[in-house]
Amino acid sequence: MSLTSDTLNFECETGNYHTFCPISCVAWLYQKIEDSFFLVIGTKTCGYFLQNALGVMIFAEPRYAMAELEEGDISAQLNDYQELKRLCLQIKQDRNPSVIVWIGTCTTEIIKMDLEGMAPKLEIEIGIPIVVARANGLDYAFTQGEDTVLAAMAHRCPEIIVNKTLFNQKEQSIKSLFSFLPIKETLKNVNYVNTINTVELDNQIISHPPLVLFGSLPSTVASQLSLELKRQSIEVAGWLPAQRYTDLPSLGANVHVCGVNPFLSRTATTLMRRRKCKLISAPFPIGPDGTRAWIEKICTVFNIQPKGLEEREKLIWEGLKDYLDLVKGKSVFFMGDNLLEISLARFLIRCGMIVYEIGIPYMDKRYQAAELALLQKTCAEMNVPIPRIVEKPDNYNQIQRMRELQPDLAITGMAHANPLEARGISTKWSVEFTFAQIHGFTNARDILELVTRPLRRNHSLKDLGWTNLVKKQNILIEK
Amino acid sequence: MKLAYWMYAGPAHIGTLRVASSFKNVHAIMHAPLGDDYFNVMRSMLERERDFTPVTASIVDRHVLARGSQEKVVENITRKDKEEKPDLIVLTPTCTSSILQEDLQNFVDRSAMLSDCNVLLADVNHYRVNELQAADRTLEQIVRHYLDIARKQGTLNKTMTKFPSVNIIGIFTLGFHQQHDCREMKRLLSDLGIQINSVIPEGSSVNELKNLPQAWFNLVPYREVGLMTAMYLEQEFGMSYISTTPMGIVDTAEWIRQIQTQVNTWAPTLLGHEVNYESYIDEQTRFVSQAAWFSRSIDCQNLTGKKSIVFGDATHAASMTRILSREMGIHVVCAGTYCKHDIDWFKEQVEGYCDEILITDDHTEVGNMIARIEPSAIFGTQMERHIGKRVDIPCGVISAPVHIQNFPLGYRPFLGYEGTNQIADLVYNSFTLGMEDHLLEIFGGHDTKEVITRALSTDSDLTWNADGKSELNKIPGFVRGKIKRNTEKFARQNGISEITIEVMYAAKEALNA
Repeated sequence: MSLTSDTLNFECETGNYHTFCPISCVAWLYQKIEDSFFLVIGTKTCGYFLQNALGVMIFAEPRYAMAELEEGDISAQLNDYQELKRLCLQIKQDRNPSVIVWIGTCTTEIIKMDLEGMAPKLEIEIGIPIVVARANGLDYAFTQGEDTVLAAMAHRCPEIIVNKTLFNQKEQSIKSLFSFLPIKETLKNVNYVNTINTVELDNQIISHPPLVLFGSLPSTVASQLSLELKRQSIEVAGWLPAQRYTDLPSLGANVHVCGVNPFLSRTATTLMRRRKCKLISAPFPIGPDGTRAWIEKICTVFNIQPKGLEEREKLIWEGLKDYLDLVKGKSVFFMGDNLLEISLARFLIRCGMIVYEIGIPYMDKRYQAAELALLQKTCAEMNVPIPRIVEKPDNYNQIQRMRELQPDLAITGMAHANPLEARGISTKWSVEFTFAQIHGFTNARDILELVTRPLRRNHSLKDLGWTNLVKKQNILIEK
Repeated sequence: MKLAYWMYAGPAHIGTLRVASSFKNVHAIMHAPLGDDYFNVMRSMLERERDFTPVTASIVDRHVLARGSQEKVVENITRKDKEEKPDLIVLTPTCTSSILQEDLQNFVDRSAMLSDCNVLLADVNHYRVNELQAADRTLEQIVRHYLDIARKQGTLNKTMTKFPSVNIIGIFTLGFHQQHDCREMKRLLSDLGIQINSVIPEGSSVNELKNLPQAWFNLVPYREVGLMTAMYLEQEFGMSYISTTPMGIVDTAEWIRQIQTQVNTWAPTLLGHEVNYESYIDEQTRFVSQAAWFSRSIDCQNLTGKKSIVFGDATHAASMTRILSREMGIHVVCAGTYCKHDIDWFKEQVEGYCDEILITDDHTEVGNMIARIEPSAIFGTQMERHIGKRVDIPCGVISAPVHIQNFPLGYRPFLGYEGTNQIADLVYNSFTLGMEDHLLEIFGGHDTKEVITRALSTDSDLTWNADGKSELNKIPGFVRGKIKRNTEKFARQNGISEITIEVMYAAKEALNA
């Protein structure tokens, strides 16, 4: 069975696959945006998913809740507006958030509850901004939930004050001439301490238009990425989302934006079309190769010569050597559920792994163009065929293919992990990649930490003789 | 609309899926949007299930919304029929699909003609019943379906078994310690010389359902699921059932006595003699189970009159209340349940064993009650365990909602005589831990001397700048110390005197930490 080729090959299956509901984005977004409150307007099913999927987090008095629809709401015996007003006033009284985010669900879609229409009225009435995001399972998968929220937030970012910016820029471009010399000097000897010194130039003059990064990352990771750019004399003007709703970045025609995650295509579109921003299309800063390509692309757009990136990438790879020895030549199968798959596969191929299949819920070829190109380039350089990319995969078919291919590692959702393990196929939960810190140079090791964990476990248990733990007739679903 | 953070019982389709996937070779197809197949994760993770959960979704997406499911559901059913050759496929509506008002019965009828397997539409209203009620309903529906078929085909087997035998009804996946309970009941019944005719739904085949009427009578150990089936069997076949829960010494004895009565209805004619289990009960109570002795021992004496609160599903909360009050002399201030549909039964069960009764499915009400009463121990669900943590009151978990910890690998029944031992341990451990804690507080903790940090940082010439400090504070507490030490070590090695964010991350990279 030949599953690979030299050109990018996209297939589309039935879409019968397991993934998290996109409302799960409230789990990380409420933590990221500290002054927010997320109200999921849905049924018991949504609530049950949230409380089980997010495990113990529910006990930490989260800033999210369900507006649980009852029979009277479905049959329109109750007035939506009055009901939502009652709940939002209660939230205001109990938590006093700076923003309430309404998450529309499948049910609000089907009964056509006009959340976008009600929000502006209620906003005025209660005095708290209400952002509406339709993160439902009818249209989206898992991480795309964040995309819908950020796309909605993009409309709330203040307009950048154009005159002042232009003025600053003129001034800055002159000043930057003078700053050129000291930067060059520090480049001579690149090691850790010196790379640090290059950014020690705190009052450095910025000679590029404002750059806003979009994508929710833990604040430590966000500051790591900002720092990487600062080393190239690029100042990050703001993040979408910021730590607080009240700190949303200014946007406008002169602002360049760049995504940090592969699942943010709606946000990118909104930023370009509605806020007139200029999108920098780059691979995503996942893995040292991706991070370098990401920075280089931003530098290119700003006409900046990247400094010391090659050495920095090399150092990171050297630091990963023990893990690389473990993964080299091993095969991976991505079942697909969180849209990080292309970037992770590209990184793992660079690490010397063989990727059999990249399952992915949804493939935006335009938004991910640079990432796809890098994947193609990586395959050529590593001299491996390009894996098949399967959009809307069919889990049943995938399991049949896996049975044939017997990959060393399956990256899969939790529904399939234990059954695959019992059949002797090592697995890694894909969800962990969503919650772990995987961006930038600094966290490359964390990705491999996750990927190698089952391999290391196998190593410790290898002499015990029980890798297959199901009765014969159940080994894999019969043909 | 209701503002809700947490729910005790899940949505209806979960109940249906729990029952369907507990049968052998039954597949459930959910008519649901992407992401609603979260049940598979729960089963695979909590039960640590080795096999693929026999549940797939027929995805409701934007196209379905616009044009209806059309052939999709039928195709998914016939496809699954070919792939896995199940005996039965249960089409399961979800809250989303039920408001689409598609004629799912029509899909079921059509696909039944095209498939080798039987196809059923789970008949539950998502906005009126919860997980437990739906499970009860689905089990009855499946049993009724197969007994009807058997009757039509003339394969129904109504001859009673030669020796006394029972059906255990209501053991299914993701239940609270149910696998252990089932094993314990089987052991007990085999001690009594009673055969198991069948256990449903867990591990049984739908093709064997036609043999259900062969049993002498039915056992329904849990109040929540199985009663409807038992009532149906009584109505149709005159099979009587025992719905007592054999939890605690008194109720286990009561359960065995009821079994004796049931067996003796037929025993004189079929066995030629009556059975008498009294000596067995006495032997087990006084010498095999340790619980009766425990309640006389000095340890338990110290628990006399201690205040406690019980909350859980109807079965476990009622039984636990009676055990604490009747068998251990503990003062149950409040007993409560979230099974709002079963209020009357619950009230009757705990009458006289507690001061107050709380019927609610709002965890904040339970929390407020706990805060008000300040008991020495709580016996509740995982939610009460967390409330207990917050207010520093120990909690023993006695009921679902479940958590991975409630699927222990070791043998932990709650029912039968071994169950009484487990419960005694649970109660005792909850209280002593509370007592220990209390004493520690009086005497000021284990270690009264503060440890003076040896270290690296006391003679340090290092300074953390403001950014570095605030970045350090963002790092979760449990690793902060380690990161601080590593960073300082790195700074010293590289001759850096002021620690900035850059130094912190350079240290992380250099140390590969």
